[in-house]
Amino acid sequence: MRRVYFDHAATTPVDPEVAELVMKYMTESYGNPSSVHSFGREVKKPLEYAREQVRKAIGAAHVGEIAFCSGGTEAANMALRGAAYANRQKGNHIITTAVEHHCVLTTCEQLAKEGFEVTVLPVDQYGRISVEDVANALTDQTILVSIMHANNEVGTIMPIAEIGKMLKSQERRIIFHTDAVQSIGKLPVDVDQLNVDMLTFSGHKIYGPKGIGVMYLRRGTWWQPIMYGGGQERRRRPGTENAPAIIGLGRAVEMAVANREEEAEKLTKLRDKLVDRVLSSIPNSRLNGHPTERLPGHASFCFEFVEGESMLLSLDMQGIAISSGSACTSGSLEPSHVLLAMGIPKEIAHGSLRVTLGKYNTEEEVDYFVDNLIPIVERLRKMSPLTGGGACTPCACAGCDQSKK
Amino acid sequence: MYSEKVMDHFTNPRNVGEIPDADAVGQVGNPSCGDIMKIFLKIKDDRIEDIKFQTFGCGAAIATSSMVTEMAKNKTLDEALKITNKAVAEELDGLPPQKMHCSNLAADALHAAIENYRQKQKGA
Ligand SMILES: Cc1ncc(COP(=O)(O)O)c(C=O)c1O
Ligand code: FES
Repeated sequence: MRRVYFDHAATTPVDPEVAELVMKYMTESYGNPSSVHSFGREVKKPLEYAREQVRKAIGAAHVGEIAFCSGGTEAANMALRGAAYANRQKGNHIITTAVEHHCVLTTCEQLAKEGFEVTVLPVDQYGRISVEDVANALTDQTILVSIMHANNEVGTIMPIAEIGKMLKSQERRIIFHTDAVQSIGKLPVDVDQLNVDMLTFSGHKIYGPKGIGVMYLRRGTWWQPIMYGGGQERRRRPGTENAPAIIGLGRAVEMAVANREEEAEKLTKLRDKLVDRVLSSIPNSRLNGHPTERLPGHASFCFEFVEGESMLLSLDMQGIAISSGSACTSGSLEPSHVLLAMGIPKEIAHGSLRVTLGKYNTEEEVDYFVDNLIPIVERLRKMSPLTGGGACTPCACAGCDQSKK
Repeated sequence: MYSEKVMDHFTNPRNVGEIPDADAVGQVGNPSCGDIMKIFLKIKDDRIEDIKFQTFGCGAAIATSSMVTEMAKNKTLDEALKITNKAVAEELDGLPPQKMHCSNLAADALHAAIENYRQKQKGA
Protein backbone atom coordinates (compact mmCIF):
# COMPACT_ATOMS: atom_id res chain seq x y z
CA MET A 1 0.00 0.00 0.00
CA ARG A 2 1.01 3.55 -0.62
CA ARG A 3 2.36 5.30 2.47
CA VAL A 4 2.51 9.04 3.07
CA TYR A 5 4.28 10.47 6.10
CA PHE A 6 2.76 13.77 7.27
CA ASP A 7 3.83 13.67 10.90
CA HIS A 8 7.21 15.41 10.91
CA ALA A 9 6.49 17.30 14.13
CA ALA A 10 6.38 13.91 15.86
CA THR A 11 9.63 12.73 14.34
CA THR A 12 11.54 12.63 11.05
CA PRO A 13 13.38 9.97 9.09
CA VAL A 14 17.12 10.03 9.63
CA ASP A 15 18.90 11.50 6.63
CA PRO A 16 20.86 8.69 4.88
CA GLU A 17 24.11 10.62 5.16
CA VAL A 18 23.54 11.09 8.88
CA ALA A 19 22.61 7.42 9.30
CA GLU A 20 25.84 6.39 7.62
CA LEU A 21 27.84 8.58 9.95
CA VAL A 22 26.05 7.19 13.01
CA MET A 23 26.66 3.65 11.81
CA LYS A 24 30.35 4.36 11.39
CA TYR A 25 30.67 5.50 14.99
CA MET A 26 28.79 2.47 16.24
CA THR A 27 30.69 -0.20 14.38
CA GLU A 28 34.05 1.15 13.22
CA SER A 29 35.05 3.91 15.60
CA TYR A 30 33.38 2.70 18.74
CA GLY A 31 35.84 3.86 21.39
CA ASN A 32 34.86 5.72 24.53
CA PRO A 33 35.64 9.38 23.86
CA SER A 34 37.15 9.69 27.35
CA SER A 35 39.71 6.96 26.63
CA VAL A 36 43.27 8.11 26.04
CA HIS A 37 44.14 5.45 23.45
CA SER A 38 43.63 5.77 19.73
CA PHE A 39 40.16 4.19 19.84
CA GLY A 40 38.99 6.92 22.19
CA ARG A 41 40.84 9.72 20.44
CA GLU A 42 39.30 8.94 17.07
CA VAL A 43 35.84 9.51 18.58
CA LYS A 44 36.70 12.48 20.76
CA LYS A 45 37.65 14.58 17.77
CA PRO A 46 34.44 14.17 15.74
CA LEU A 47 32.43 14.55 18.93
CA GLU A 48 34.02 17.94 19.55
CA TYR A 49 33.49 18.77 15.89
CA ALA A 50 29.75 18.10 16.38
CA ARG A 51 29.79 20.54 19.27
CA GLU A 52 31.30 23.12 16.96
CA GLN A 53 28.63 22.37 14.34
CA VAL A 54 25.94 23.02 16.93
CA ARG A 55 27.64 26.17 18.18
CA LYS A 56 27.70 27.57 14.69
CA ALA A 57 24.16 26.51 13.90
CA ILE A 58 22.70 28.46 16.81
CA GLY A 59 25.16 31.34 16.78
CA ALA A 60 26.65 30.58 20.20
CA ALA A 61 29.90 32.30 21.17
CA HIS A 62 31.68 29.32 22.72
CA VAL A 63 31.64 25.55 22.25
CA GLY A 64 31.68 25.23 26.04
CA GLU A 65 28.11 26.54 26.07
CA ILE A 66 26.84 23.40 24.35
CA ALA A 67 25.99 20.25 26.32
CA PHE A 68 24.59 17.07 24.82
CA CYS A 69 21.99 14.95 26.57
CA SER A 70 19.28 12.40 25.72
CA GLY A 71 16.77 14.66 23.91
CA GLY A 72 14.49 17.65 24.06
CA THR A 73 12.81 16.42 27.22
CA GLU A 74 15.98 15.91 29.20
CA ALA A 75 17.42 19.17 27.90
CA ALA A 76 14.37 21.10 29.18
CA ASN A 77 14.60 19.33 32.53
CA MET A 78 18.27 20.24 32.81
CA ALA A 79 17.68 23.82 31.78
CA LEU A 80 14.71 24.55 34.03
CA ARG A 81 15.63 22.62 37.13
CA GLY A 82 19.31 23.52 36.89
CA ALA A 83 18.51 27.23 36.67
CA ALA A 84 15.76 27.12 39.29
CA TYR A 85 17.85 25.34 41.93
CA ALA A 86 20.94 27.43 41.29
CA ASN A 87 19.07 30.74 41.65
CA ARG A 88 16.83 29.87 44.55
CA GLN A 89 18.50 32.39 46.85
CA LYS A 90 17.65 35.18 44.41
CA GLY A 91 13.98 34.39 44.09
CA ASN A 92 11.49 31.62 43.58
CA HIS A 93 9.24 32.82 40.77
CA ILE A 94 9.12 31.10 37.37
CA ILE A 95 7.03 32.14 34.35
CA THR A 96 5.94 29.88 31.50
CA THR A 97 2.95 29.53 29.14
CA ALA A 98 -0.09 27.27 28.97
CA VAL A 99 0.89 25.85 25.57
CA GLU A 100 4.37 24.53 26.34
CA HIS A 101 5.32 20.95 25.59
CA HIS A 102 4.79 18.61 28.53
CA CYS A 103 8.53 18.44 29.10
CA VAL A 104 8.39 22.10 30.23
CA LEU A 105 4.91 22.18 31.77
CA THR A 106 5.33 19.06 33.87
CA THR A 107 8.79 20.13 35.00
CA CYS A 108 7.30 23.46 36.12
CA GLU A 109 4.52 21.61 37.95
CA GLN A 110 7.16 19.60 39.76
CA LEU A 111 9.10 22.77 40.64
CA ALA A 112 5.86 24.21 42.02
CA LYS A 113 5.53 21.15 44.25
CA GLU A 114 9.08 21.79 45.42
CA GLY A 115 8.13 25.28 46.56
CA PHE A 116 8.68 27.49 43.52
CA GLU A 117 5.98 29.95 42.52
CA VAL A 118 4.98 29.23 38.93
CA THR A 119 2.93 31.55 36.70
CA VAL A 120 1.44 29.80 33.65
CA LEU A 121 0.50 32.54 31.21
CA PRO A 122 -2.68 32.16 29.17
CA VAL A 123 -2.46 32.58 25.39
CA ASP A 124 -4.65 34.32 22.83
CA GLN A 125 -6.86 32.56 20.28
CA TYR A 126 -3.81 31.91 18.09
CA GLY A 127 -1.77 30.38 20.87
CA ARG A 128 0.47 33.43 21.26
CA ILE A 129 1.56 35.49 24.21
CA SER A 130 2.70 39.07 24.01
CA VAL A 131 5.69 40.86 25.47
CA GLU A 132 3.32 42.78 27.74
CA ASP A 133 1.82 39.56 29.12
CA VAL A 134 5.27 38.49 30.23
CA ALA A 135 6.25 41.95 31.49
CA ASN A 136 3.08 42.17 33.57
CA ALA A 137 3.77 38.81 35.17
CA LEU A 138 7.25 39.75 36.42
CA THR A 139 7.74 40.15 40.15
CA ASP A 140 10.74 41.01 42.28
CA GLN A 141 11.10 37.26 42.78
CA THR A 142 11.22 36.21 39.13
CA ILE A 143 14.35 34.21 38.29
CA LEU A 144 13.37 32.25 35.20
CA VAL A 145 11.14 32.55 32.13
CA SER A 146 10.58 29.62 29.76
CA ILE A 147 8.68 30.11 26.50
CA MET A 148 8.74 27.85 23.47
CA HIS A 149 9.92 29.27 20.16
CA ALA A 150 7.27 27.50 18.09
CA ASN A 151 4.41 25.32 19.20
CA ASN A 152 4.44 21.65 18.28
CA GLU A 153 0.66 21.22 18.15
CA VAL A 154 -0.50 24.31 16.28
CA GLY A 155 2.74 25.68 14.82
CA THR A 156 2.37 29.20 16.25
CA ILE A 157 5.57 31.21 16.57
CA MET A 158 6.18 33.15 19.78
CA PRO A 159 7.85 36.61 19.81
CA ILE A 160 10.96 35.27 21.57
CA ALA A 161 13.40 37.96 20.46
CA GLU A 162 11.12 40.76 21.74
CA ILE A 163 10.44 39.01 25.03
CA GLY A 164 14.16 38.39 25.45
CA LYS A 165 14.91 42.04 24.83
CA MET A 166 12.37 43.13 27.41
CA LEU A 167 13.79 40.69 29.96
CA LYS A 168 17.32 41.92 29.33
CA SER A 169 16.23 45.50 29.99
CA GLN A 170 15.07 44.60 33.50
CA GLU A 171 17.18 45.53 36.48
CA ARG A 172 16.92 42.01 37.81
CA ARG A 173 18.86 39.28 36.09
CA ILE A 174 16.18 36.96 34.72
CA ILE A 175 17.20 33.78 32.95
CA PHE A 176 15.35 33.19 29.68
CA HIS A 177 14.94 29.69 28.23
CA THR A 178 13.35 28.76 24.93
CA ASP A 179 12.32 25.29 23.75
CA ALA A 180 13.44 25.37 20.13
CA VAL A 181 12.68 21.73 19.35
CA GLN A 182 10.17 22.63 16.65
CA SER A 183 11.82 25.77 15.31
CA ILE A 184 15.41 24.74 14.70
CA GLY A 185 16.00 24.19 10.99
CA LYS A 186 12.67 25.84 10.20
CA LEU A 187 13.08 29.38 11.55
CA PRO A 188 16.20 31.47 12.07
CA VAL A 189 17.54 30.35 15.45
CA ASP A 190 20.34 32.49 16.82
CA VAL A 191 20.84 32.73 20.57
CA ASP A 192 21.96 36.36 20.40
CA GLN A 193 19.18 37.51 18.09
CA LEU A 194 16.64 35.67 20.24
CA ASN A 195 18.15 37.15 23.42
CA VAL A 196 18.03 33.83 25.25
CA ASP A 197 20.27 32.43 27.99
CA MET A 198 19.26 28.84 27.48
CA LEU A 199 17.97 27.06 24.41
CA THR A 200 17.14 23.40 23.98
CA PHE A 201 16.47 21.17 20.99
CA SER A 202 16.38 17.58 19.86
CA GLY A 203 17.99 15.52 17.09
CA HIS A 204 15.02 13.58 15.81
CA LYS A 205 12.95 16.50 14.50
CA ILE A 206 15.71 17.56 12.11
CA TYR A 207 16.45 14.29 10.32
CA GLY A 208 18.87 13.24 13.05
CA PRO A 209 18.76 10.36 15.52
CA LYS A 210 16.27 9.96 18.37
CA GLY A 211 17.39 10.08 21.99
CA ILE A 212 19.85 12.92 21.54
CA GLY A 213 19.43 16.57 22.44
CA VAL A 214 21.22 19.81 23.18
CA MET A 215 21.18 22.32 25.98
CA TYR A 216 22.75 25.66 25.22
CA LEU A 217 23.76 27.56 28.36
CA ARG A 218 25.06 31.09 27.92
CA ARG A 219 28.37 31.70 29.65
CA GLY A 220 27.83 33.48 32.95
CA THR A 221 24.39 32.01 33.56
CA TRP A 222 23.92 30.60 37.05
CA TRP A 223 23.06 26.96 36.70
CA GLN A 224 23.76 23.66 38.47
CA PRO A 225 23.71 20.07 37.24
CA ILE A 226 20.73 17.85 37.95
CA MET A 227 22.72 14.63 37.47
CA TYR A 228 25.97 13.64 39.08
CA GLY A 229 28.66 11.27 37.90
CA GLY A 230 31.76 11.59 35.78
CA GLY A 231 33.24 14.67 34.21
CA GLN A 232 31.66 14.40 30.77
CA GLU A 233 30.08 17.46 29.12
CA ARG A 234 31.92 19.67 31.64
CA ARG A 235 29.99 17.93 34.43
CA ARG A 236 26.75 19.32 33.03
CA ARG A 237 25.63 15.94 31.88
CA PRO A 238 27.72 13.06 33.22
CA GLY A 239 27.73 9.62 31.64
CA THR A 240 29.51 8.20 28.60
CA GLU A 241 28.48 10.31 25.65
CA ASN A 242 26.22 8.83 22.98
CA ALA A 243 28.94 9.63 20.47
CA PRO A 244 27.30 8.17 17.34
CA ALA A 245 24.11 10.15 17.96
CA ILE A 246 25.98 13.33 18.90
CA ILE A 247 28.04 13.15 15.73
CA GLY A 248 24.86 12.45 13.74
CA LEU A 249 23.07 15.38 15.35
CA GLY A 250 25.99 17.67 14.52
CA ARG A 251 25.76 16.86 10.85
CA ALA A 252 21.93 16.95 10.90
CA VAL A 253 21.75 20.42 12.41
CA GLU A 254 24.41 21.69 10.04
CA MET A 255 22.39 20.51 7.04
CA ALA A 256 19.09 21.73 8.51
CA VAL A 257 20.44 25.24 8.96
CA ALA A 258 22.18 25.31 5.57
CA ASN A 259 19.00 24.24 3.73
CA ARG A 260 16.60 26.15 5.94
CA GLU A 261 15.51 28.99 3.68
CA GLU A 262 15.03 26.88 0.60
CA GLU A 263 13.25 24.21 2.61
CA ALA A 264 10.99 26.71 4.37
CA GLU A 265 9.93 28.24 1.09
CA LYS A 266 9.01 24.86 -0.38
CA LEU A 267 7.15 23.72 2.74
CA THR A 268 5.25 27.00 3.07
CA LYS A 269 3.99 26.64 -0.50
CA LEU A 270 2.94 23.04 0.03
CA ARG A 271 1.28 23.88 3.31
CA ASP A 272 -0.63 26.84 1.91
CA LYS A 273 -1.96 24.68 -0.86
CA LEU A 274 -2.98 22.02 1.62
CA VAL A 275 -4.68 24.51 3.92
CA ASP A 276 -6.52 26.20 1.05
CA ARG A 277 -7.78 22.93 -0.35
CA VAL A 278 -8.91 21.59 3.03
CA LEU A 279 -10.69 24.75 4.14
CA SER A 280 -12.37 25.34 0.81
CA SER A 281 -13.57 21.76 0.30
CA ILE A 282 -14.60 20.76 3.83
CA PRO A 283 -17.30 22.88 5.46
CA ASN A 284 -17.21 23.52 9.22
CA SER A 285 -13.45 23.25 9.31
CA ARG A 286 -10.96 25.70 10.74
CA LEU A 287 -7.23 26.24 10.84
CA ASN A 288 -5.82 26.30 14.36
CA GLY A 289 -3.01 28.63 15.34
CA HIS A 290 -1.81 31.83 13.78
CA PRO A 291 -2.62 32.36 10.09
CA THR A 292 0.81 33.75 9.23
CA GLU A 293 3.06 33.51 12.29
CA ARG A 294 3.38 29.77 11.95
CA LEU A 295 5.94 27.08 11.14
CA PRO A 296 6.46 26.47 7.41
CA GLY A 297 5.26 22.86 7.08
CA HIS A 298 2.70 22.95 9.85
CA ALA A 299 -1.10 22.85 9.59
CA SER A 300 -3.54 22.08 12.39
CA PHE A 301 -7.27 21.79 11.79
CA CYS A 302 -10.48 21.20 13.66
CA PHE A 303 -13.39 19.53 11.93
CA GLU A 304 -16.68 19.96 13.68
CA PHE A 305 -18.89 16.93 14.43
CA VAL A 306 -16.11 14.38 14.03
CA GLU A 307 -13.61 13.01 16.47
CA GLY A 308 -9.87 13.11 15.76
CA GLU A 309 -8.92 9.52 16.37
CA SER A 310 -11.51 8.18 13.98
CA MET A 311 -10.11 10.48 11.28
CA LEU A 312 -6.57 9.40 12.15
CA LEU A 313 -7.49 5.70 11.91
CA SER A 314 -9.31 6.19 8.61
CA LEU A 315 -6.35 8.05 7.11
CA ASP A 316 -4.00 5.41 8.48
CA MET A 317 -5.94 2.79 6.56
CA GLN A 318 -5.10 4.77 3.42
CA GLY A 319 -1.44 4.77 4.45
CA ILE A 320 -1.45 8.41 5.55
CA ALA A 321 0.24 9.25 8.85
CA ILE A 322 -0.95 12.36 10.66
CA SER A 323 -1.65 13.03 14.31
CA SER A 324 -4.52 14.31 16.34
CA GLY A 325 -3.44 16.83 18.93
CA SER A 326 -0.02 15.75 20.10
CA ALA A 327 1.27 12.21 19.89
CA CYS A 328 2.04 12.42 23.58
CA THR A 329 -1.59 13.18 24.47
CA SER A 330 -3.06 10.29 22.54
CA GLY A 331 -2.94 8.07 25.61
CA SER A 332 -5.27 10.33 27.55
CA LEU A 333 -8.89 11.11 26.90
CA GLU A 334 -8.63 14.85 27.39
CA PRO A 335 -8.36 16.96 24.27
CA SER A 336 -5.07 18.77 23.74
CA HIS A 337 -4.16 21.29 26.43
CA VAL A 338 -2.92 23.61 23.69
CA LEU A 339 -6.24 23.80 21.84
CA LEU A 340 -8.13 24.28 25.10
CA ALA A 341 -5.74 27.07 26.15
CA MET A 342 -6.56 28.81 22.86
CA GLY A 343 -10.21 28.82 23.88
CA ILE A 344 -11.38 26.18 21.42
CA PRO A 345 -14.43 24.42 22.90
CA LYS A 346 -13.84 20.85 24.02
CA GLU A 347 -16.23 19.27 21.55
CA ILE A 348 -14.42 20.96 18.66
CA ALA A 349 -10.97 20.28 20.08
CA HIS A 350 -11.80 16.55 19.94
CA GLY A 351 -11.94 16.90 16.17
CA SER A 352 -8.39 18.14 15.73
CA LEU A 353 -5.92 16.91 13.19
CA ARG A 354 -2.29 17.92 12.76
CA VAL A 355 -0.46 17.71 9.45
CA THR A 356 3.28 18.39 9.46
CA LEU A 357 5.18 18.23 6.21
CA GLY A 358 8.82 17.39 5.67
CA LYS A 359 11.57 17.55 3.12
CA TYR A 360 10.59 14.46 1.15
CA ASN A 361 6.90 15.37 0.75
CA THR A 362 5.48 16.34 -2.64
CA GLU A 363 2.56 18.29 -4.00
CA GLU A 364 1.11 15.08 -5.31
CA GLU A 365 1.08 13.68 -1.75
CA VAL A 366 -0.78 16.76 -0.57
CA ASP A 367 -3.44 16.05 -3.18
CA TYR A 368 -3.59 12.38 -2.20
CA PHE A 369 -4.14 13.46 1.41
CA VAL A 370 -6.89 15.97 0.68
CA ASP A 371 -8.61 13.62 -1.78
CA ASN A 372 -8.76 11.00 0.95
CA LEU A 373 -9.65 13.34 3.77
CA ILE A 374 -12.78 14.74 2.11
CA PRO A 375 -14.73 11.45 1.93
CA ILE A 376 -13.45 10.37 5.36
CA VAL A 377 -14.83 13.46 7.06
CA GLU A 378 -18.04 13.09 5.09
CA ARG A 379 -18.46 9.45 6.10
CA LEU A 380 -17.80 10.14 9.78
CA ARG A 381 -20.14 13.10 9.78
CA LYS A 382 -22.88 10.97 8.33
CA MET A 383 -22.39 8.66 11.28
CA SER A 384 -22.36 11.46 13.81
CA PRO A 385 -25.45 12.46 15.80
CA LEU A 386 -24.10 16.01 15.97
CA THR A 387 -24.21 16.83 12.29
CA GLY A 388 -27.93 17.42 12.14
CA GLY A 389 -27.33 20.63 14.02
CA GLY A 390 -29.27 21.41 17.16
CA ALA A 391 -27.58 21.24 20.52
CA CYS A 392 -27.00 17.81 21.91
CA THR A 393 -28.91 17.36 25.12
CA PRO A 394 -26.30 16.89 27.79
CA CYS A 395 -27.05 13.65 29.50
CA ALA A 396 -25.55 11.78 32.40
CA CYS A 397 -22.56 9.99 30.99
CA ALA A 398 -21.47 7.11 33.16
CA GLY A 399 -18.51 6.56 30.90
CA CYS A 400 -17.05 10.01 31.13
CA ASP A 401 -17.48 10.13 34.88
CA GLN A 402 -15.51 6.96 35.08
CA SER A 403 -12.77 8.29 32.91
CA LYS A 404 -12.27 11.14 35.34
CA LYS A 405 -11.66 8.80 38.26
CA MET B 1 -3.67 -1.20 19.31
CA TYR B 2 -7.17 -2.31 18.21
CA SER B 3 -8.21 -5.89 17.46
CA GLU B 4 -9.10 -6.89 13.91
CA LYS B 5 -12.73 -7.10 14.91
CA VAL B 6 -12.72 -3.54 16.20
CA MET B 7 -11.15 -2.34 12.97
CA ASP B 8 -13.70 -4.31 10.96
CA HIS B 9 -16.62 -2.74 12.81
CA PHE B 10 -14.99 0.69 12.58
CA THR B 11 -14.45 0.36 8.84
CA ASN B 12 -17.76 -1.31 8.02
CA PRO B 13 -20.09 -0.36 10.80
CA ARG B 14 -23.37 -2.28 10.86
CA ASN B 15 -26.70 -0.53 11.26
CA VAL B 16 -25.53 3.08 10.94
CA GLY B 17 -28.13 5.77 10.59
CA GLU B 18 -31.43 6.98 11.87
CA ILE B 19 -34.86 5.38 12.08
CA PRO B 20 -37.17 8.31 11.35
CA ASP B 21 -40.26 6.67 12.89
CA ALA B 22 -38.38 5.00 15.74
CA ASP B 23 -40.38 3.67 18.67
CA ALA B 24 -37.62 4.69 21.01
CA VAL B 25 -34.41 6.69 21.08
CA GLY B 26 -31.61 6.55 23.63
CA GLN B 27 -28.67 8.90 23.84
CA VAL B 28 -25.74 8.99 26.19
CA GLY B 29 -22.50 10.91 26.34
CA ASN B 30 -21.54 14.50 25.97
CA PRO B 31 -19.76 16.21 23.10
CA SER B 32 -17.35 17.91 25.43
CA CYS B 33 -15.91 14.60 26.58
CA GLY B 34 -15.61 13.26 23.09
CA ASP B 35 -18.32 10.63 22.80
CA ILE B 36 -22.01 10.63 22.06
CA MET B 37 -24.02 7.58 21.09
CA LYS B 38 -27.57 7.60 19.92
CA ILE B 39 -29.57 4.41 19.43
CA PHE B 40 -32.85 4.16 17.53
CA LEU B 41 -35.20 1.20 18.05
CA LYS B 42 -38.11 -0.23 16.15
CA ILE B 43 -39.95 -2.55 18.48
CA LYS B 44 -42.63 -5.15 17.80
CA ASP B 45 -44.11 -7.45 20.43
CA ASP B 46 -41.39 -6.50 22.88
CA ARG B 47 -38.73 -7.56 20.40
CA ILE B 48 -36.13 -5.34 18.70
CA GLU B 49 -37.10 -5.51 15.09
CA ASP B 50 -34.74 -2.87 13.84
CA ILE B 51 -31.91 -0.94 15.44
CA LYS B 52 -29.68 1.86 14.19
CA PHE B 53 -27.02 4.05 15.70
CA GLN B 54 -25.26 7.38 15.30
CA THR B 55 -21.97 7.98 17.07
CA PHE B 56 -19.55 10.82 17.57
CA GLY B 57 -16.37 9.32 18.96
CA CYS B 58 -13.16 7.46 18.39
CA GLY B 59 -12.63 4.12 16.69
CA ALA B 60 -13.63 2.21 19.82
CA ALA B 61 -16.79 4.24 20.22
CA ILE B 62 -17.89 3.52 16.66
CA ALA B 63 -16.99 -0.17 16.84
CA THR B 64 -18.81 -0.74 20.14
CA SER B 65 -21.90 1.02 18.81
CA SER B 66 -21.89 -1.14 15.74
CA MET B 67 -21.36 -4.29 17.79
CA VAL B 68 -24.12 -3.54 20.27
CA THR B 69 -26.62 -3.10 17.45
CA GLU B 70 -25.67 -6.51 16.07
CA MET B 71 -25.97 -8.11 19.48
CA ALA B 72 -29.33 -6.55 20.23
CA LYS B 73 -31.08 -7.09 16.93
CA ASN B 74 -34.01 -9.52 17.15
CA LYS B 75 -33.60 -9.83 20.91
CA THR B 76 -36.49 -9.30 23.31
CA LEU B 77 -36.19 -6.17 25.41
CA ASP B 78 -35.43 -8.19 28.51
CA GLU B 79 -32.69 -10.05 26.69
CA ALA B 80 -31.28 -6.83 25.32
CA LEU B 81 -31.16 -5.31 28.78
CA LYS B 82 -28.83 -8.13 29.81
CA ILE B 83 -26.19 -7.09 27.26
CA THR B 84 -23.37 -5.62 29.31
CA ASN B 85 -20.56 -3.31 28.39
CA LYS B 86 -18.15 -6.08 29.18
CA ALA B 87 -19.95 -8.43 26.82
CA VAL B 88 -19.70 -5.88 23.99
CA ALA B 89 -15.96 -5.45 24.56
CA GLU B 90 -15.46 -9.22 24.73
CA GLU B 91 -17.39 -9.72 21.53
CA LEU B 92 -14.91 -7.31 19.90
CA ASP B 93 -11.97 -9.36 21.22
CA GLY B 94 -11.21 -6.71 23.81
CA LEU B 95 -10.41 -3.00 23.84
CA PRO B 96 -7.29 -1.12 24.94
CA PRO B 97 -7.61 -0.36 28.68
CA GLN B 98 -7.81 3.42 28.21
CA LYS B 99 -10.73 2.91 25.83
CA MET B 100 -12.86 0.77 28.10
CA HIS B 101 -15.16 3.63 28.98
CA CYS B 102 -16.49 3.84 25.42
CA SER B 103 -17.82 0.34 25.53
CA ASN B 104 -19.85 1.34 28.58
CA LEU B 105 -21.57 3.88 26.43
CA ALA B 106 -22.74 1.44 23.78
CA ALA B 107 -24.69 -0.75 26.19
CA ASP B 108 -25.79 2.34 28.12
CA ALA B 109 -27.24 3.87 24.95
CA LEU B 110 -29.14 0.67 24.21
CA HIS B 111 -30.49 0.51 27.75
CA ALA B 112 -31.42 4.19 27.59
CA ALA B 113 -33.42 3.54 24.43
CA ILE B 114 -35.26 0.61 26.02
CA GLU B 115 -35.94 2.71 29.09
CA ASN B 116 -37.31 5.43 26.81
CA TYR B 117 -39.64 2.87 25.18
CA ARG B 118 -40.93 1.58 28.51
CA GLN B 119 -41.57 5.10 29.77
CA LYS B 120 -43.57 5.82 26.64
CA GLN B 121 -45.55 2.59 27.06
CA LYS B 122 -46.40 3.55 30.61
CA GLY B 123 -47.53 6.98 29.50
CA ALA B 124 -49.66 5.58 26.67
C1 LIG C 1 8.13 21.51 21.47
C2 LIG C 1 8.75 20.22 21.91
N1 LIG C 1 9.54 20.20 23.00
C3 LIG C 1 10.12 19.06 23.42
C4 LIG C 1 9.93 17.86 22.78
C5 LIG C 1 10.57 16.62 23.34
O1 LIG C 1 11.69 16.20 22.64
P1 LIG C 1 12.24 14.73 22.79
O2 LIG C 1 11.24 13.85 22.10
O3 LIG C 1 13.56 14.72 22.11
O4 LIG C 1 12.35 14.42 24.24
C6 LIG C 1 9.11 17.83 21.64
C7 LIG C 1 8.88 16.56 20.92
O5 LIG C 1 7.81 16.00 20.90
C8 LIG C 1 8.50 19.04 21.20
O6 LIG C 1 7.70 19.04 20.13
S1 FES D 1 -14.53 8.23 22.36
FE1 FES D 1 -14.01 7.97 24.39
S2 FES D 1 -12.14 6.98 24.45
FE2 FES D 1 -13.23 6.60 22.70
